[in-house]
Amino acid sequence: MPNFYTDSPELKHYLNHPLMQRIVELRERGFIEKDQYTYAPHDHEDAMDSYDRVLEIVGEICGDVIAPNAESVDHEGPTCRDGHAYYASGTEHNLETLRKAGLMGLSMPRRYGGLNFPCVTFMLAADMVSRADAGFENLWALQDCAETIYEFGSEEQRERYIRRVCDGATMSMDLTEPDAGSDLQSAQLKATFDETSNCWRLNGVKRFITNGDSDIHLVLARSEEGTKDGRGLSMFIYDKRDGGVTVRRIESKMGIKGSPTCELVYNNAKAELCGERRLGLIKYVMALMNGARLGIAAQEVGISHAAYTEALAYARGRRQFGKPIIEMAPVAEMVGNIKAKLDATRAILYQTTRYVDIYKALDDLSKERKLTPEERKEQKYYAKLADAFTPLSKGLGSELCNQNVYDCLQVHGGSGYMKDYTCERLYRDARVTSIYEGTTQMQVIAAIRYATSGFYANVMKEFAEWEVSPEMAPLRARLDGLSARYEETVAIVTSHNSQEFTDLVARRLVEMAGYIIMSYLLLQDATTHADLFASSAHTFISWTESEVDKHVGFISRAANR
Amino acid sequence: MRLNIIVLAKQVPDTRCVGQATMRADGTIDREALPVIINPDDMKALEQALRLKELHPESTIQVLTMGPSRAADVVRESLFRGADGGYLLSDNAFRGADTLATSYALATAIGKMGEYDIILCGRQTIDGETAQVGSQVAERLGIPQVTYAEEILHVREGHLTLKRHIDGGTEIVEVPLPLLVTVDSSAASCRPRHAKLLMTHKHTDIMAWNATDIKADITQCGIVGSPTRVKDIETIVPTKKESRVIGSSDEEIENLMVELFG
Repeated sequence: MPNFYTDSPELKHYLNHPLMQRIVELRERGFIEKDQYTYAPHDHEDAMDSYDRVLEIVGEICGDVIAPNAESVDHEGPTCRDGHAYYASGTEHNLETLRKAGLMGLSMPRRYGGLNFPCVTFMLAADMVSRADAGFENLWALQDCAETIYEFGSEEQRERYIRRVCDGATMSMDLTEPDAGSDLQSAQLKATFDETSNCWRLNGVKRFITNGDSDIHLVLARSEEGTKDGRGLSMFIYDKRDGGVTVRRIESKMGIKGSPTCELVYNNAKAELCGERRLGLIKYVMALMNGARLGIAAQEVGISHAAYTEALAYARGRRQFGKPIIEMAPVAEMVGNIKAKLDATRAILYQTTRYVDIYKALDDLSKERKLTPEERKEQKYYAKLADAFTPLSKGLGSELCNQNVYDCLQVHGGSGYMKDYTCERLYRDARVTSIYEGTTQMQVIAAIRYATSGFYANVMKEFAEWEVSPEMAPLRARLDGLSARYEETVAIVTSHNSQEFTDLVARRLVEMAGYIIMSYLLLQDATTHADLFASSAHTFISWTESEVDKHVGFISRAANR
Repeated sequence: MRLNIIVLAKQVPDTRCVGQATMRADGTIDREALPVIINPDDMKALEQALRLKELHPESTIQVLTMGPSRAADVVRESLFRGADGGYLLSDNAFRGADTLATSYALATAIGKMGEYDIILCGRQTIDGETAQVGSQVAERLGIPQVTYAEEILHVREGHLTLKRHIDGGTEIVEVPLPLLVTVDSSAASCRPRHAKLLMTHKHTDIMAWNATDIKADITQCGIVGSPTRVKDIETIVPTKKESRVIGSSDEEIENLMVELFG
């Protein structure tokens, strides 16, 4: 198979964004580690070159190993025996190959054995891995849980656990319980301090835990007896080597079959507190989830990419009525829509990731020294943007991804409904993206305040100031019109002054905001690389216009009732 | 145990990309039109070397290649995967070498590289496909050779044990060190480049040796030292020969034996 990095010049385009200058500068602290680690970059160009080359390794492994294994992994799936989950043989092979390539702990600092790569690089890799096998991306991208240990754990815990993750240990985040899904504050897994052995003990059940038999778990548990809400929950680290957790069963899922989804029984399992008591949900899980949501957004984009590749190849090869079906308008429209939605979701994914990179790097810097007033301002600015963009990227990305796999299967016609083509796996794999790590409905709840407060409208105004190429100017004018209509619609909703009404139309408002923002980003991409993005910009903006028409119509009529 | 391992590797045109656009009228390949890769069997030899090093971490792996200056990438790509160093043999005097001249240059360079325990190379390259160079190097160095190796099992008490591919199966052989092993295409694929090693070595200079550096006899090098002459190139179309199927009954086998011996 081709190299998944070099066959998609779009990825390099997103890597080479101008904001990378600032991201690398913050990440590398003036290239202070260049004499300490042989693999640390000497300057900006060197760092960018390293990202590029390492992504090429990831692309090679995706094309040569992970993608060819995807079908057998989907069929074989993991198994559960003797209280443990065992990966499919292809999954083991994928993991081993990535370990041998040193592709674990990508974003962790070098002092713990990591590569100190920015989040943008990590997400580019996740994007490719997901294109190769979305279920496997779950396992591999969970290495990002190390970020929580890095941010909130003690130095001793960082040294002990992060180093293992960089050496290839797998991770999981054990949050969901039978009675605590979206409502995590009702989690009941009990944590009690065992005075005799001077450690915490966990007892209870967790459910739907992705990669639940991992080497290192982050566990949300109730440490404060008698509490009922999120303030009684703390974060713990459970090391599989200590024992005490058994896998009771693994779920039989519709898709992402390579990734074992486990029900775990904690039986007096030894664990250590990560960070401070009571902050488990209200601080740590929130941070953890935002990172995980970005990972799912990358997964969505990867699946969309696979859907595009499959749809295009089939439509070119399949002949009906004496010509390839790609030459027929209804099919060409579907394939064009898939590409446009793929590019739009990719555009917002990497924009969000850049925001995350900057604010997190400044957060990290603030642990070493006091930030200057300008840096504090910058940190707040990007943190807010990241918070506002993450639910758009994850939530809308998942819906568009599902539309893409639907269209991909439709392009295949009857053959797509058979198990013979990759598109049916993509169709099944995509479905969960709008459910886990917060359903689309939860993403709308996270995003709606940025719609009603005018934040998204301000972002659109800021984006409208960006220069565009003369070819893109007419599109920009149409987009500015959409932006104005969006703002008027927000005004209709806010003037209604009813929480119930806002809740009713929230998804539509958030969708409008998201699609318009994605359109502005695509315009920028098409300005610098018309060859790669102009077509998608045209298609996506036309599509956005019809979506805005639909939503404005619904909201205006609902408001007048 | 500290093993000195040498891997011979060659940069070759990626013949998977051969198409009409890359063929000349005389039936030869336009090499310049093809991307270059490390010969696949040589990569498998490198993998066996890396596995040996995992078993015996104090061992060193040196890669030796011959070719134009861009062939330094062979050594660099090996460093990205865990080799410790290597040399590029590059000189106009080496150009146009057939297998005899190539094995002379390689064996002479190995002489300069110092002590070695195991020399590994691919069984054959995808450009020449002669499968002669490895064997010739062993002959020139006067050491044992094992061909068609699939997997090196272990090294103990001065002997290397390996599994080699034979018709219809495999055999295990034990050979005293030092020796040369040619690795078959049925061996395990080479591991990917390692991210940290790549970043460490991406600008590493590769030591280049010319004919003078290895004190080579120029008359045995390159086109001058190559007795091979290409007389003609023709396309052979395999044709069906007379054949028959022999059954497995005792009677049929007996009849065959009578026919063969009688």
